[in-house]
Amino acid sequence: MIKAPLPEVCIEAFPVFQGKGQPDLYLIPSPEINLKRLLAEGLDRIFQLGSVFRQEEQGRHHLPEFTMLEWYRSGADYHALMSDCEAIIEITARAAGWKGNSVTYKGQKIDINPPFPRTTIKKVFEKYAGWTPGPAPDPNRFNEDMVTKIEPNLPQDRPVFLMDYPASCASLARLKTSDPKVAERVELYAGGLEIANGFSELTDREEQGARFRKEARRRREQGLRVYPWPEEFLSSLSQLHKCAGMALGTDRLVMLLTNASNINDVVAFPP
Amino acid sequence: MYDSSDLRKGLKITIDGEPYIITEFQFSKPGKGQALYKCKLKNMVTGYTVDRTYRSGDKFEPANLDEVHMQYLYRDNKGFHFMNTNTYDQIALTSDQVGEAKSFLLENMEVDILFFQGTSIDISLPTFVELEVAESAPGMRGDTATGATKPVTLETGHEIQVPLFIKQGEILKIDTRTGEYVERAKK
Repeated sequence: MIKAPLPEVCIEAFPVFQGKGQPDLYLIPSPEINLKRLLAEGLDRIFQLGSVFRQEEQGRHHLPEFTMLEWYRSGADYHALMSDCEAIIEITARAAGWKGNSVTYKGQKIDINPPFPRTTIKKVFEKYAGWTPGPAPDPNRFNEDMVTKIEPNLPQDRPVFLMDYPASCASLARLKTSDPKVAERVELYAGGLEIANGFSELTDREEQGARFRKEARRRREQGLRVYPWPEEFLSSLSQLHKCAGMALGTDRLVMLLTNASNINDVVAFPP
Repeated sequence: MYDSSDLRKGLKITIDGEPYIITEFQFSKPGKGQALYKCKLKNMVTGYTVDRTYRSGDKFEPANLDEVHMQYLYRDNKGFHFMNTNTYDQIALTSDQVGEAKSFLLENMEVDILFFQGTSIDISLPTFVELEVAESAPGMRGDTATGATKPVTLETGHEIQVPLFIKQGEILKIDTRTGEYVERAKK
Protein backbone atom coordinates (compact mmCIF):
# COMPACT_ATOMS: atom_id res chain seq x y z
CA MET A 1 0.00 0.00 0.00
CA ILE A 2 1.09 3.59 -0.56
CA LYS A 3 0.22 6.97 0.92
CA ALA A 4 -0.05 9.01 -2.27
CA PRO A 5 -0.78 7.56 -5.75
CA LEU A 6 0.61 9.56 -8.66
CA PRO A 7 -2.09 11.94 -9.90
CA GLU A 8 -2.84 10.44 -13.32
CA VAL A 9 -6.30 11.18 -14.71
CA CYS A 10 -6.95 7.71 -16.08
CA ILE A 11 -5.79 5.50 -13.21
CA GLU A 12 -8.02 5.14 -10.15
CA ALA A 13 -6.34 3.64 -7.08
CA PHE A 14 -8.42 1.75 -4.48
CA PRO A 15 -8.49 3.71 -1.22
CA VAL A 16 -8.15 1.65 1.97
CA PHE A 17 -9.70 2.86 5.21
CA GLN A 18 -7.07 2.62 7.94
CA GLY A 19 -9.11 3.56 10.96
CA LYS A 20 -10.78 6.60 12.48
CA GLY A 21 -8.63 9.73 12.30
CA GLN A 22 -6.04 8.02 10.08
CA PRO A 23 -5.42 9.09 6.49
CA ASP A 24 -6.55 6.54 3.88
CA LEU A 25 -3.90 4.39 2.22
CA TYR A 26 -4.10 3.09 -1.35
CA LEU A 27 -3.61 -0.33 -2.93
CA ILE A 28 -0.71 0.06 -5.30
CA PRO A 29 -1.95 0.81 -8.86
CA SER A 30 1.58 0.48 -10.31
CA PRO A 31 5.00 -0.35 -8.78
CA GLU A 32 6.52 2.73 -10.44
CA ILE A 33 6.26 5.02 -7.44
CA ASN A 34 8.47 2.83 -5.22
CA LEU A 35 10.80 1.43 -7.88
CA LYS A 36 11.88 4.90 -9.01
CA ARG A 37 12.75 5.79 -5.42
CA LEU A 38 14.98 2.72 -5.29
CA LEU A 39 16.64 3.76 -8.56
CA ALA A 40 17.26 7.20 -7.08
CA GLU A 41 18.91 5.47 -4.11
CA GLY A 42 21.42 3.92 -6.52
CA LEU A 43 20.02 0.50 -7.53
CA ASP A 44 20.52 0.30 -11.27
CA ARG A 45 18.65 -2.74 -12.66
CA ILE A 46 15.52 -3.68 -10.77
CA PHE A 47 12.18 -5.38 -11.31
CA GLN A 48 9.01 -6.19 -9.43
CA LEU A 49 6.50 -8.91 -10.27
CA GLY A 50 3.27 -8.68 -8.34
CA SER A 51 -0.37 -7.72 -8.10
CA VAL A 52 -1.52 -4.20 -8.84
CA PHE A 53 -5.02 -2.82 -8.32
CA ARG A 54 -7.11 -0.38 -10.34
CA GLN A 55 -10.72 0.64 -9.90
CA GLU A 56 -13.35 0.42 -12.61
CA GLU A 57 -11.39 -1.87 -14.89
CA GLN A 58 -13.09 -5.10 -15.82
CA GLY A 59 -13.53 -6.60 -19.27
CA ARG A 60 -12.12 -9.16 -21.67
CA HIS A 61 -8.61 -7.73 -21.20
CA HIS A 62 -9.00 -6.06 -17.79
CA LEU A 63 -9.26 -7.07 -14.15
CA PRO A 64 -9.29 -4.81 -11.08
CA GLU A 65 -6.41 -6.92 -9.70
CA PHE A 66 -3.82 -8.04 -12.22
CA THR A 67 -0.18 -9.11 -12.29
CA MET A 68 2.40 -6.68 -13.54
CA LEU A 69 6.06 -7.15 -14.31
CA GLU A 70 7.81 -3.81 -14.13
CA TRP A 71 11.51 -3.27 -14.66
CA TYR A 72 13.96 -0.38 -14.83
CA ARG A 73 17.42 0.09 -16.34
CA SER A 74 19.54 3.06 -15.41
CA GLY A 75 21.57 4.69 -18.15
CA ALA A 76 19.14 3.35 -20.77
CA ASP A 77 16.33 4.73 -22.90
CA TYR A 78 13.20 3.16 -24.39
CA HIS A 79 15.16 1.37 -27.15
CA ALA A 80 16.71 -0.92 -24.52
CA LEU A 81 13.20 -1.71 -23.18
CA MET A 82 12.04 -2.81 -26.62
CA SER A 83 14.95 -5.28 -26.84
CA ASP A 84 14.04 -6.55 -23.35
CA CYS A 85 10.45 -7.13 -24.49
CA GLU A 86 11.59 -9.04 -27.56
CA ALA A 87 13.72 -11.31 -25.36
CA ILE A 88 10.88 -11.85 -22.86
CA ILE A 89 8.40 -12.81 -25.59
CA GLU A 90 10.90 -15.18 -27.24
CA ILE A 91 11.93 -16.89 -24.01
CA THR A 92 8.45 -17.22 -22.52
CA ALA A 93 7.00 -18.50 -25.83
CA ARG A 94 9.64 -21.23 -25.90
CA ALA A 95 8.97 -22.04 -22.24
CA ALA A 96 5.26 -22.33 -23.05
CA GLY A 97 6.06 -24.93 -25.70
CA TRP A 98 5.87 -22.86 -28.90
CA LYS A 99 8.38 -23.91 -31.55
CA GLY A 100 9.88 -22.15 -34.56
CA ASN A 101 9.71 -18.65 -33.09
CA SER A 102 6.02 -18.19 -33.66
CA VAL A 103 2.88 -18.42 -31.59
CA THR A 104 -0.69 -18.92 -32.81
CA TYR A 105 -3.23 -16.68 -31.16
CA LYS A 106 -6.95 -16.90 -32.00
CA GLY A 107 -6.13 -18.72 -35.24
CA GLN A 108 -3.50 -16.20 -36.37
CA LYS A 109 0.18 -17.20 -36.58
CA ILE A 110 2.41 -14.47 -35.09
CA ASP A 111 6.07 -14.41 -36.08
CA ILE A 112 8.06 -13.43 -32.97
CA ASN A 113 11.52 -13.26 -34.48
CA PRO A 114 13.24 -10.08 -33.27
CA PRO A 115 13.36 -7.27 -34.07
CA PHE A 116 9.62 -6.59 -33.92
CA PRO A 117 8.41 -3.87 -36.29
CA ARG A 118 8.54 -0.37 -34.79
CA THR A 119 6.25 2.44 -35.86
CA THR A 120 5.15 5.78 -34.46
CA ILE A 121 1.83 7.14 -33.25
CA LYS A 122 2.07 9.84 -35.93
CA LYS A 123 2.40 7.23 -38.70
CA VAL A 124 -0.45 4.98 -37.54
CA PHE A 125 -2.83 7.89 -36.92
CA GLU A 126 -2.10 9.37 -40.35
CA LYS A 127 -2.57 5.98 -41.98
CA TYR A 128 -5.63 4.63 -40.14
CA ALA A 129 -7.37 7.63 -38.55
CA GLY A 130 -6.57 10.28 -41.16
CA TRP A 131 -5.22 12.96 -38.83
CA THR A 132 -2.00 13.94 -37.10
CA PRO A 133 -2.15 14.26 -33.30
CA GLY A 134 -0.38 17.37 -31.98
CA PRO A 135 1.44 17.59 -28.63
CA ALA A 136 -1.87 17.66 -26.72
CA PRO A 137 -4.69 16.09 -28.76
CA ASP A 138 -8.26 16.02 -27.45
CA PRO A 139 -8.09 12.96 -25.18
CA ASN A 140 -11.57 11.75 -26.20
CA ARG A 141 -10.80 11.86 -29.89
CA PHE A 142 -7.33 10.37 -29.42
CA ASN A 143 -8.45 7.45 -27.25
CA GLU A 144 -11.57 6.66 -29.27
CA ASP A 145 -9.61 6.52 -32.51
CA MET A 146 -6.94 4.47 -30.76
CA VAL A 147 -9.51 1.83 -29.81
CA THR A 148 -11.75 1.92 -32.89
CA LYS A 149 -9.34 2.77 -35.75
CA ILE A 150 -5.74 2.06 -34.73
CA GLU A 151 -5.78 -1.08 -32.57
CA PRO A 152 -7.98 -3.11 -34.97
CA ASN A 153 -5.69 -2.22 -37.90
CA LEU A 154 -2.30 -3.03 -36.36
CA PRO A 155 -0.41 -5.90 -38.04
CA GLN A 156 -1.79 -9.26 -36.89
CA ASP A 157 1.13 -11.46 -37.96
CA ARG A 158 3.84 -9.66 -35.94
CA PRO A 159 4.08 -8.02 -32.53
CA VAL A 160 4.49 -4.27 -33.01
CA PHE A 161 5.91 -1.37 -31.00
CA LEU A 162 4.01 1.94 -31.13
CA MET A 163 6.43 4.74 -30.27
CA ASP A 164 6.46 8.46 -29.56
CA TYR A 165 3.12 9.40 -28.01
CA PRO A 166 1.87 12.99 -27.89
CA ALA A 167 3.58 14.79 -24.98
CA SER A 168 0.25 15.11 -23.09
CA CYS A 169 -0.29 11.32 -23.19
CA ALA A 170 2.77 10.44 -21.10
CA SER A 171 2.98 12.45 -17.91
CA LEU A 172 5.99 10.48 -16.60
CA ALA A 173 8.03 10.22 -19.80
CA ARG A 174 10.89 12.30 -21.11
CA LEU A 175 10.19 14.40 -24.20
CA LYS A 176 12.12 13.52 -27.33
CA THR A 177 15.07 15.91 -27.72
CA SER A 178 14.78 15.92 -31.50
CA ASP A 179 10.98 16.47 -31.40
CA PRO A 180 9.65 17.76 -28.06
CA LYS A 181 6.03 17.50 -29.26
CA VAL A 182 6.25 13.78 -28.50
CA ALA A 183 7.33 11.78 -25.47
CA GLU A 184 9.61 8.74 -25.51
CA ARG A 185 6.81 6.35 -24.63
CA VAL A 186 6.38 2.92 -26.23
CA GLU A 187 3.60 0.33 -26.21
CA LEU A 188 3.95 -3.29 -27.28
CA TYR A 189 0.94 -4.87 -29.02
CA ALA A 190 0.63 -8.52 -30.04
CA GLY A 191 -2.43 -10.36 -31.28
CA GLY A 192 -4.62 -7.32 -30.58
CA LEU A 193 -3.48 -7.30 -26.94
CA GLU A 194 -1.76 -4.33 -25.40
CA ILE A 195 1.06 -6.18 -23.62
CA ALA A 196 3.48 -3.58 -22.26
CA ASN A 197 4.01 0.16 -21.82
CA GLY A 198 7.29 1.94 -21.10
CA PHE A 199 9.13 5.24 -21.11
CA SER A 200 12.45 6.89 -21.17
CA GLU A 201 11.77 8.27 -17.71
CA LEU A 202 11.39 11.94 -16.90
CA THR A 203 14.07 12.77 -14.28
CA ASP A 204 13.48 16.52 -13.99
CA ARG A 205 11.82 17.21 -10.64
CA GLU A 206 10.52 20.67 -11.58
CA GLU A 207 9.01 19.48 -14.85
CA GLN A 208 7.44 16.45 -13.15
CA GLY A 209 5.95 18.65 -10.42
CA ALA A 210 4.44 20.96 -13.04
CA ARG A 211 2.92 18.00 -14.94
CA PHE A 212 1.48 16.53 -11.73
CA ARG A 213 -0.10 19.89 -10.85
CA LYS A 214 -1.77 19.89 -14.28
CA GLU A 215 -2.98 16.27 -13.90
CA ALA A 216 -4.18 16.92 -10.33
CA ARG A 217 -6.15 19.93 -11.61
CA ARG A 218 -7.76 17.77 -14.31
CA ARG A 219 -8.67 15.16 -11.67
CA ARG A 220 -10.32 17.87 -9.55
CA GLU A 221 -12.18 19.27 -12.56
CA GLN A 222 -13.50 15.82 -13.40
CA GLY A 223 -14.70 15.26 -9.84
CA LEU A 224 -12.16 12.46 -9.24
CA ARG A 225 -10.72 11.75 -5.80
CA VAL A 226 -7.97 14.16 -4.75
CA TYR A 227 -4.85 12.24 -3.68
CA PRO A 228 -2.27 13.54 -1.20
CA TRP A 229 0.62 15.30 -2.96
CA PRO A 230 3.36 12.72 -3.81
CA GLU A 231 6.16 14.73 -2.19
CA GLU A 232 8.42 11.75 -1.37
CA PHE A 233 8.31 10.57 -4.96
CA LEU A 234 9.03 14.05 -6.34
CA SER A 235 11.94 14.75 -4.01
CA SER A 236 13.55 11.42 -4.95
CA LEU A 237 13.65 12.60 -8.57
CA SER A 238 16.47 15.06 -7.74
CA GLN A 239 18.70 12.00 -7.26
CA LEU A 240 17.38 10.10 -10.30
CA HIS A 241 19.68 9.75 -13.31
CA LYS A 242 18.82 8.81 -16.87
CA CYS A 243 16.76 5.60 -16.85
CA ALA A 244 14.00 3.73 -18.60
CA GLY A 245 11.23 1.52 -17.28
CA MET A 246 8.62 -0.84 -18.70
CA ALA A 247 5.43 -2.34 -17.28
CA LEU A 248 4.26 -5.63 -18.79
CA GLY A 249 0.80 -7.07 -18.17
CA THR A 250 1.71 -10.62 -17.25
CA ASP A 251 -1.84 -11.97 -17.51
CA ARG A 252 -2.10 -10.68 -21.06
CA LEU A 253 1.24 -12.26 -21.96
CA VAL A 254 -0.13 -15.56 -20.59
CA MET A 255 -3.30 -15.03 -22.67
CA LEU A 256 -1.15 -14.66 -25.78
CA LEU A 257 0.94 -17.74 -25.02
CA THR A 258 -2.01 -19.96 -24.07
CA ASN A 259 -4.39 -18.78 -26.81
CA ALA A 260 -6.91 -17.44 -24.26
CA SER A 261 -9.30 -14.74 -25.47
CA ASN A 262 -10.54 -13.70 -22.02
CA ILE A 263 -8.34 -12.63 -19.10
CA ASN A 264 -10.66 -14.59 -16.76
CA ASP A 265 -9.38 -17.78 -18.41
CA VAL A 266 -5.80 -17.25 -17.20
CA VAL A 267 -6.55 -16.20 -13.60
CA ALA A 268 -7.47 -18.77 -10.96
CA PHE A 269 -10.16 -16.78 -9.15
CA PRO A 270 -11.32 -13.76 -11.16
CA PRO A 271 -13.65 -11.65 -8.98
CA MET B 1 -30.93 7.11 -15.91
CA TYR B 2 -28.14 4.63 -16.53
CA ASP B 3 -24.46 5.56 -16.59
CA SER B 4 -21.62 3.88 -18.45
CA SER B 5 -20.98 1.37 -15.65
CA ASP B 6 -24.51 -0.04 -16.18
CA LEU B 7 -23.81 -0.88 -19.83
CA ARG B 8 -23.97 -4.62 -20.57
CA LYS B 9 -25.35 -7.00 -23.14
CA GLY B 10 -29.14 -6.97 -23.14
CA LEU B 11 -29.56 -3.48 -21.62
CA LYS B 12 -32.26 -1.42 -23.36
CA ILE B 13 -31.58 2.30 -23.77
CA THR B 14 -32.99 5.24 -25.73
CA ILE B 15 -30.96 6.83 -28.55
CA ASP B 16 -32.49 9.77 -30.46
CA GLY B 17 -35.87 8.89 -28.99
CA GLU B 18 -35.84 5.26 -30.18
CA PRO B 19 -35.39 2.07 -28.14
CA TYR B 20 -32.18 0.10 -28.66
CA ILE B 21 -30.93 -3.13 -27.13
CA ILE B 22 -27.19 -3.76 -26.62
CA THR B 23 -26.31 -6.93 -28.54
CA GLU B 24 -22.54 -6.83 -28.05
CA PHE B 25 -20.53 -5.08 -25.37
CA GLN B 26 -16.82 -4.67 -24.78
CA PHE B 27 -14.95 -2.72 -22.11
CA SER B 28 -11.84 -1.11 -23.50
CA LYS B 29 -9.15 1.10 -22.02
CA PRO B 30 -6.06 2.06 -23.99
CA GLY B 31 -2.93 2.42 -21.83
CA LYS B 32 -2.95 5.72 -19.94
CA GLY B 33 -6.28 6.51 -21.61
CA GLN B 34 -9.82 6.69 -20.30
CA ALA B 35 -12.28 3.80 -20.21
CA LEU B 36 -14.33 3.28 -23.34
CA TYR B 37 -17.38 1.09 -23.80
CA LYS B 38 -17.77 -0.32 -27.31
CA CYS B 39 -21.35 -1.37 -28.02
CA LYS B 40 -23.29 -2.89 -30.88
CA LEU B 41 -26.92 -1.87 -30.55
CA LYS B 42 -30.05 -3.00 -32.34
CA ASN B 43 -32.89 -0.61 -32.97
CA MET B 44 -35.86 -2.47 -31.49
CA VAL B 45 -38.31 -0.88 -33.94
CA THR B 46 -36.43 -1.11 -37.26
CA GLY B 47 -34.01 -3.95 -36.44
CA TYR B 48 -31.08 -1.94 -37.77
CA THR B 49 -27.73 -2.36 -35.97
CA VAL B 50 -25.39 0.50 -35.07
CA ASP B 51 -21.94 0.71 -33.44
CA ARG B 52 -21.38 3.22 -30.66
CA THR B 53 -18.46 3.95 -28.35
CA TYR B 54 -19.31 5.48 -24.98
CA ARG B 55 -17.11 7.00 -22.26
CA SER B 56 -17.08 7.06 -18.49
CA GLY B 57 -19.59 9.61 -17.30
CA ASP B 58 -21.96 9.21 -20.27
CA LYS B 59 -25.61 8.96 -19.23
CA PHE B 60 -28.39 6.98 -20.86
CA GLU B 61 -32.19 7.10 -20.78
CA PRO B 62 -33.70 3.65 -20.25
CA ALA B 63 -35.73 2.56 -23.27
CA ASN B 64 -39.32 3.59 -22.70
CA LEU B 65 -40.97 0.23 -23.14
CA ASP B 66 -44.01 -1.43 -21.62
CA GLU B 67 -44.28 -5.18 -21.37
CA VAL B 68 -47.85 -6.43 -21.25
CA HIS B 69 -48.97 -9.97 -20.51
CA MET B 70 -51.57 -10.96 -23.11
CA GLN B 71 -53.48 -13.97 -24.32
CA TYR B 72 -53.74 -14.81 -28.01
CA LEU B 73 -57.41 -15.24 -28.95
CA TYR B 74 -57.88 -15.81 -32.67
CA ARG B 75 -57.02 -14.67 -36.14
CA ASP B 76 -59.42 -13.12 -38.65
CA ASN B 77 -59.17 -10.77 -41.61
CA LYS B 78 -58.38 -7.85 -39.23
CA GLY B 79 -55.27 -9.65 -37.96
CA PHE B 80 -54.20 -11.45 -34.79
CA HIS B 81 -56.29 -10.63 -31.74
CA PHE B 82 -54.80 -10.50 -28.24
CA MET B 83 -56.37 -9.74 -24.85
CA ASN B 84 -54.72 -8.02 -21.91
CA THR B 85 -55.15 -10.55 -19.10
CA ASN B 86 -55.54 -7.79 -16.47
CA THR B 87 -57.80 -5.26 -18.16
CA TYR B 88 -59.45 -7.57 -20.74
CA ASP B 89 -58.70 -4.90 -23.38
CA GLN B 90 -58.28 -6.40 -26.81
CA ILE B 91 -55.92 -5.41 -29.60
CA ALA B 92 -55.34 -6.63 -33.14
CA LEU B 93 -51.84 -6.94 -34.59
CA THR B 94 -50.93 -7.31 -38.25
CA SER B 95 -49.16 -10.36 -39.55
CA ASP B 96 -45.94 -8.29 -39.86
CA GLN B 97 -46.16 -7.14 -36.24
CA VAL B 98 -46.54 -10.72 -35.03
CA GLY B 99 -43.58 -11.68 -37.19
CA GLU B 100 -41.87 -15.00 -36.62
CA ALA B 101 -43.90 -15.61 -33.46
CA LYS B 102 -46.84 -16.74 -35.61
CA SER B 103 -45.03 -19.98 -36.47
CA PHE B 104 -45.70 -21.22 -32.93
CA LEU B 105 -48.66 -19.11 -31.84
CA LEU B 106 -51.69 -21.14 -30.79
CA GLU B 107 -55.08 -19.92 -29.56
CA ASN B 108 -55.21 -19.27 -25.79
CA MET B 109 -51.40 -19.13 -25.55
CA GLU B 110 -50.15 -16.48 -23.06
CA VAL B 111 -47.36 -14.23 -24.32
CA ASP B 112 -45.54 -11.03 -23.31
CA ILE B 113 -45.84 -8.19 -25.80
CA LEU B 114 -43.38 -5.29 -25.72
CA PHE B 115 -44.81 -1.87 -26.60
CA PHE B 116 -42.96 1.30 -27.59
CA GLN B 117 -45.21 4.39 -27.65
CA GLY B 118 -48.29 2.22 -28.02
CA THR B 119 -46.90 0.12 -30.88
CA SER B 120 -46.02 -3.51 -30.32
CA ILE B 121 -42.39 -4.23 -31.27
CA ASP B 122 -41.77 -7.71 -29.93
CA ILE B 123 -43.66 -10.79 -28.81
CA SER B 124 -42.07 -13.19 -26.32
CA LEU B 125 -43.50 -16.67 -26.58
CA PRO B 126 -43.14 -19.22 -23.79
CA THR B 127 -39.68 -20.86 -24.14
CA PHE B 128 -41.28 -24.23 -24.90
CA VAL B 129 -44.57 -24.79 -26.69
CA GLU B 130 -46.44 -28.02 -27.48
CA LEU B 131 -47.93 -28.31 -30.95
CA GLU B 132 -49.65 -31.07 -32.85
CA VAL B 133 -48.31 -32.48 -36.12
CA ALA B 134 -50.97 -31.67 -38.71
CA GLU B 135 -49.33 -33.31 -41.66
CA SER B 136 -46.48 -35.74 -42.05
CA ALA B 137 -45.32 -37.88 -44.93
CA PRO B 138 -45.06 -41.53 -43.83
CA GLY B 139 -41.49 -42.60 -42.97
CA MET B 140 -39.67 -44.27 -45.85
CA ARG B 141 -38.92 -47.94 -45.43
CA GLY B 142 -35.23 -48.68 -44.95
CA ASP B 143 -34.41 -45.04 -44.23
CA THR B 144 -32.92 -45.62 -40.78
CA ALA B 145 -29.76 -43.49 -40.83
CA THR B 146 -29.32 -42.04 -37.32
CA GLY B 147 -30.01 -38.35 -37.04
CA ALA B 148 -31.99 -38.35 -40.30
CA THR B 149 -34.89 -35.91 -40.32
CA LYS B 150 -37.98 -35.13 -42.37
CA PRO B 151 -40.21 -32.07 -42.62
CA VAL B 152 -43.63 -32.02 -40.91
CA THR B 153 -46.30 -29.32 -40.86
CA LEU B 154 -47.51 -28.17 -37.43
CA GLU B 155 -51.10 -27.19 -36.61
CA THR B 156 -49.99 -23.54 -36.97
CA GLY B 157 -49.04 -24.21 -40.60
CA HIS B 158 -45.33 -23.91 -39.83
CA GLU B 159 -42.94 -26.55 -41.17
CA ILE B 160 -40.07 -27.95 -39.06
CA GLN B 161 -37.55 -30.79 -39.27
CA VAL B 162 -38.19 -33.76 -36.97
CA PRO B 163 -36.83 -37.32 -36.57
CA LEU B 164 -38.25 -39.92 -38.95
CA PHE B 165 -40.33 -41.73 -36.29
CA ILE B 166 -42.70 -38.75 -35.75
CA LYS B 167 -46.27 -39.40 -36.97
CA GLN B 168 -49.23 -37.23 -37.84
CA GLY B 169 -51.32 -36.33 -34.74
CA GLU B 170 -48.42 -36.52 -32.28
CA ILE B 171 -47.77 -33.58 -29.94
CA LEU B 172 -44.24 -32.14 -30.13
CA LYS B 173 -42.31 -29.99 -27.67
CA ILE B 174 -40.57 -27.12 -29.51
CA ASP B 175 -37.99 -24.60 -28.30
CA THR B 176 -39.22 -21.22 -29.53
CA ARG B 177 -35.76 -19.61 -29.12
CA THR B 178 -34.27 -21.85 -31.79
CA GLY B 179 -37.45 -22.99 -33.51
CA GLU B 180 -36.25 -26.58 -33.18
CA TYR B 181 -37.95 -29.85 -32.20
CA VAL B 182 -36.99 -30.98 -28.67
CA GLU B 183 -38.96 -34.19 -28.00
CA ARG B 184 -42.39 -35.78 -28.14
CA ALA B 185 -44.62 -34.25 -25.47
CA LYS B 186 -45.52 -36.71 -22.70
CA LYS B 187 -49.27 -36.97 -22.56
